[in-house]
Amino acid sequence: MAAELPGLAIEKHFYDVVVVGAGGAGLRAAIEAHEQGARTAIVCKSLLGKAHTVMAEGGIAASMGNVYPEDNWQVHFRDTMRGGKMLNHWRMAQLHAQEAPDRVRELEDWGALFDRTPAGLISQRDFGGHRFARLAHVGDRTGLELIRTLQQRAVQLGIDVFMECTVTKLLTDDEHGMVGAFGYRRESGEFIVWQSPAVILATGGIGKSYKVTSNSWEYSGDGHSLALKAGATLVNMEFVQFHPTGMVWPLSVKGLLITESVRGEGGVLKNSEGKRFMFDYIPEYFKAETADNEAEADRWYDDHSNNRRPPELLPRDEVARAINSEVKAGRGSPHGGVFLDIASRRTAEDIKRRLPSMYHQFKELAEVDITKEPMEVGPTCHYVMGGVEVEPDTAAAKIRGLYAAGEVAGGMHGSNRLGGNSLSDLLVFGRRAGASAASHAAEQKATTPRVTDEALAAARTAALAPLERQGGENPYTIHAELQESMNALVGIIRTESELQQALDKIASLKQRIQNLSVEGKRRYNPGWHLALDLPNMLTVSECIAKAALERHESRGGHTRDDHPTPSPEWGALNLICSEADGSVSLTRQPLPQMPDDLATLFKETPA
Amino acid sequence: MTYQAKLRVWRGDAEGGGLRDYTVEVNEGEVVLDIIHRLQATQAGDLAVRWNCKAGKCGSCSAEINGRPRLLCLTRMGDFDENEVVTITPMRTFPVIRDLVTDVSYNYEKAASIPGFVPREKGPDGVHRMQQVDVERSQEFRKCIECFLCQDVCHVVRDHEDNKKVYAGPRFLMRIAELDMHPLDNLDRRKVAQENFGLGMCNITKCCSEVCPEGIHITDNALIPLKERVVDRKYDPLTWLGAKIGRRPHP
Amino acid sequence: MTTTAPAPTGTGAPGRARIAARHLRTDTWWVQPAITVAVLVSFIIYSTIRAFEDAHYFVEPYISPFYSPCITKSCQGDTFPELFSGPAFLTPAIYILILPLGFRLTCYYYRKAYYRSFWLSPPACAVAEPHTTYTGETRFPLIFQNIHRYFFIAGLALNVVLTYDAILGFRDEHGEWGHMGLGTLILLGNAALLWLYSLSCHSCRHIVGGKINSFSKHPVRYQFWQVVSKLNGSHMKYAWVSLFGVALTDFYIRLLATNAFSDPRFF
Repeated sequence: MAAELPGLAIEKHFYDVVVVGAGGAGLRAAIEAHEQGARTAIVCKSLLGKAHTVMAEGGIAASMGNVYPEDNWQVHFRDTMRGGKMLNHWRMAQLHAQEAPDRVRELEDWGALFDRTPAGLISQRDFGGHRFARLAHVGDRTGLELIRTLQQRAVQLGIDVFMECTVTKLLTDDEHGMVGAFGYRRESGEFIVWQSPAVILATGGIGKSYKVTSNSWEYSGDGHSLALKAGATLVNMEFVQFHPTGMVWPLSVKGLLITESVRGEGGVLKNSEGKRFMFDYIPEYFKAETADNEAEADRWYDDHSNNRRPPELLPRDEVARAINSEVKAGRGSPHGGVFLDIASRRTAEDIKRRLPSMYHQFKELAEVDITKEPMEVGPTCHYVMGGVEVEPDTAAAKIRGLYAAGEVAGGMHGSNRLGGNSLSDLLVFGRRAGASAASHAAEQKATTPRVTDEALAAARTAALAPLERQGGENPYTIHAELQESMNALVGIIRTESELQQALDKIASLKQRIQNLSVEGKRRYNPGWHLALDLPNMLTVSECIAKAALERHESRGGHTRDDHPTPSPEWGALNLICSEADGSVSLTRQPLPQMPDDLATLFKETPA
Repeated sequence: MTYQAKLRVWRGDAEGGGLRDYTVEVNEGEVVLDIIHRLQATQAGDLAVRWNCKAGKCGSCSAEINGRPRLLCLTRMGDFDENEVVTITPMRTFPVIRDLVTDVSYNYEKAASIPGFVPREKGPDGVHRMQQVDVERSQEFRKCIECFLCQDVCHVVRDHEDNKKVYAGPRFLMRIAELDMHPLDNLDRRKVAQENFGLGMCNITKCCSEVCPEGIHITDNALIPLKERVVDRKYDPLTWLGAKIGRRPHP
Repeated sequence: MTTTAPAPTGTGAPGRARIAARHLRTDTWWVQPAITVAVLVSFIIYSTIRAFEDAHYFVEPYISPFYSPCITKSCQGDTFPELFSGPAFLTPAIYILILPLGFRLTCYYYRKAYYRSFWLSPPACAVAEPHTTYTGETRFPLIFQNIHRYFFIAGLALNVVLTYDAILGFRDEHGEWGHMGLGTLILLGNAALLWLYSLSCHSCRHIVGGKINSFSKHPVRYQFWQVVSKLNGSHMKYAWVSLFGVALTDFYIRLLATNAFSDPRFF
């Protein structure tokens, strides 16, 4: 093979830190790494500013106390842990709650324009599972504001951005850990390699393995899979969040997100009988802080201190399961969802002002005027709680020089994420990952690691295979089959037999992708791109299904019909995925022990 | 409900190409992007199209449909007659990469050349205080999803390639307006707007506002107000005199 | 350049998708500019004839807006001080019309309308313009579009005069106050439309408050700005309606002055 190597004319770059992904976490990480003096590059699959973060609507959770001065990090920490059913890594939840307010405020120094309180401070809104109004927001397009602010900051700092490049392999060696990343330019199909001692994964989630999802094509689990293949581990992969309110009609937009702010702003869920059914689904765990009658629930919007919160604002897993049950019981809407009604609860003017994107979205895509009619909604695959197992303070993965932040990192959200906690998560841990990657790179400078030509040649051959094969499987067909299976068999409600079926299916698809072939050439060829994303989706799907099969209990984003309750033994365990020889294996790992001063926060009963 | 639509899609690259005819199934409620995806999955696996969110929020799937710059994901097939031939081409202001995908680097270069945000000092209590009314104008411009349809439709660069050197286009003139109106920004951007970014090239014919999928009033709320601010700075003898005497700084 | 290369203007620059058509629009995009041309040309013809006619612009107690304020010694009626006598070929209208003409010519809305429909730059969105070069409003003479605000201020002064003319309409033909006819209504309506057109102007919006960055520190100007912004949303509508208004008002007075019609008096 070596004889062929001189022909390997591959574009090469040298950096201290390479950030894979240009969503909120990636941009925040890059900004920090740059400010710490590291030569930094951002590599992203799409154009800059298009990442999935733009889809976040509701807001950024941070206990700034601008609306409720009694809010503080301890309350936020407690909400986060309880929302995650105590499976969160306590240290991540603590850092997150402590640092989120500063991360939000610094956005303002970079030009962000949040909605204001009458006192001129950043306004904060209510969201499911948060005891106080805590989400800094801009109408219902907070994600766009966040990404634009970070994007403009990164551009102002002059950070190099490699747009429309996909990383297909992390390059490692035994001596240094990370030595770089290999990928291709989507535009030209040419290969490219970034040599660097530190790589930060900020690639987001895995939703494209599901049929009904709020996620875009980019969410093919690249980071999860790259990390696994490089020798790192994944944690909590069985926990997938189904957002309770996705659009269900028209089919073309099925799964598209309807922000939780609709409920935060007063929207309620009703079944086909017109009943506010959420009152029937208040779990024991949240009874003390949830209103059990409509009158109290309605009073809460104006007075949080003397009333308990409406059950529509329970954490997402609870609401998604409730909707699922109502539909199964035959009390669903015509297109298989339930009704989300804000029209009868707020004035048309208020709705248009507070929820402009939602108004626009329904008007344009479904021809529904949400100021006059209720919306039809149903659960949609939204977020994966699981991800790369990282060290909380440094965001470092198990491989030297590899870091992960944002959705691709695991542990922070336990078994279920609260709305608003993802934007704050990516700011807090994006910054931490950037800082630690930069300092790691600084230590490594003396021994600049080298990528070997053998490694490049192997990566190149693997990537080109589908283009060179004739008459094999169509990647679009395999993708559709995977989505179908994951949706039907590894969805909100799971059983042993279905999970086993899913694993069988995944195994057969893994065989079939060995024989993928795509038409056309290398220049901007979506068929080829999909063919290279498919192995990642399959790997991640396998992790999810295996972990889901193993965990014999129901908790947060993992509900087993055959094990319907949480179990204390499982509540003390994380499942860790690792990979060897192309197959995923699981190990059980005890949950990290929370120190006493934090543990006491859970002994007090909430007001 | 389901019917076979007639599509003409531009296929090719910088070397050449042309409109090709396809017949594709359409179901109720679908948008043009759904049809393009079906075409990709069943008839043309390598058909290049850029897209992300499919919800009108990311601004990736910009193209021209029946000659009008639009987002593929926000154009419903129901807007067309079932017998109508729907023609889809890439944006015609930017170099084509392949099929419906264009090279939009012009926009990223302009974005990088605009002087960044320079905040004033925080208040005595360590925070920035602003009222809702202070932020609303710039907030409108920050709704921009950077689909670059306004850049595509603007005749200043669409019809005159040479002008790309001297003209930033509606999106980035709006960005300058956003910063100039930003209550915390400390830079006077009026001179550069006119001299470096070509505000004077704009003849306010409003196509940018017409095609904006976010409904931002680019011309009325950003470009014209910015032109008026430039007049204050450059063309208004009274304001000029006032500034010379040192009485009226930029508000 | 090869023979297959697309036209040099428009979207034919190297590297772009090679599509020969100037546009691929399937709708009737040319209707709008055609209507604009038809209406503006009609108005220009009518107003030119009237401006040079130098007659039939005054009938007690009304004066045509084309001739007001009437400032030369050759004026009919006595609605305004007669300041000087100019050369005979310059009618009293000429001195005055330069102001509303300048105001409308530099108006942000009319600029759009005539750049599109007369200069075809562009004729419609995504339809290629015929010109090979383009410099916009950066050079003489179009750089003078930037003095719009001075015409706006002059226009305001003119509106005061036309409002005054309308008030004079509350007299009868002998100069007695307390009367009113259809002409009074028309003059009032004309003045009102002109006020709406002027106050909805983009320069006005800038002057009253648009130039401020922190509205909360200037609550009164913010109020003004909000009102003007609201009017500004209908600036195009006011631009057209007030144009028709002026022409129709003048035409009505001409009808009266030529005794083709007699003014219905209400009281």
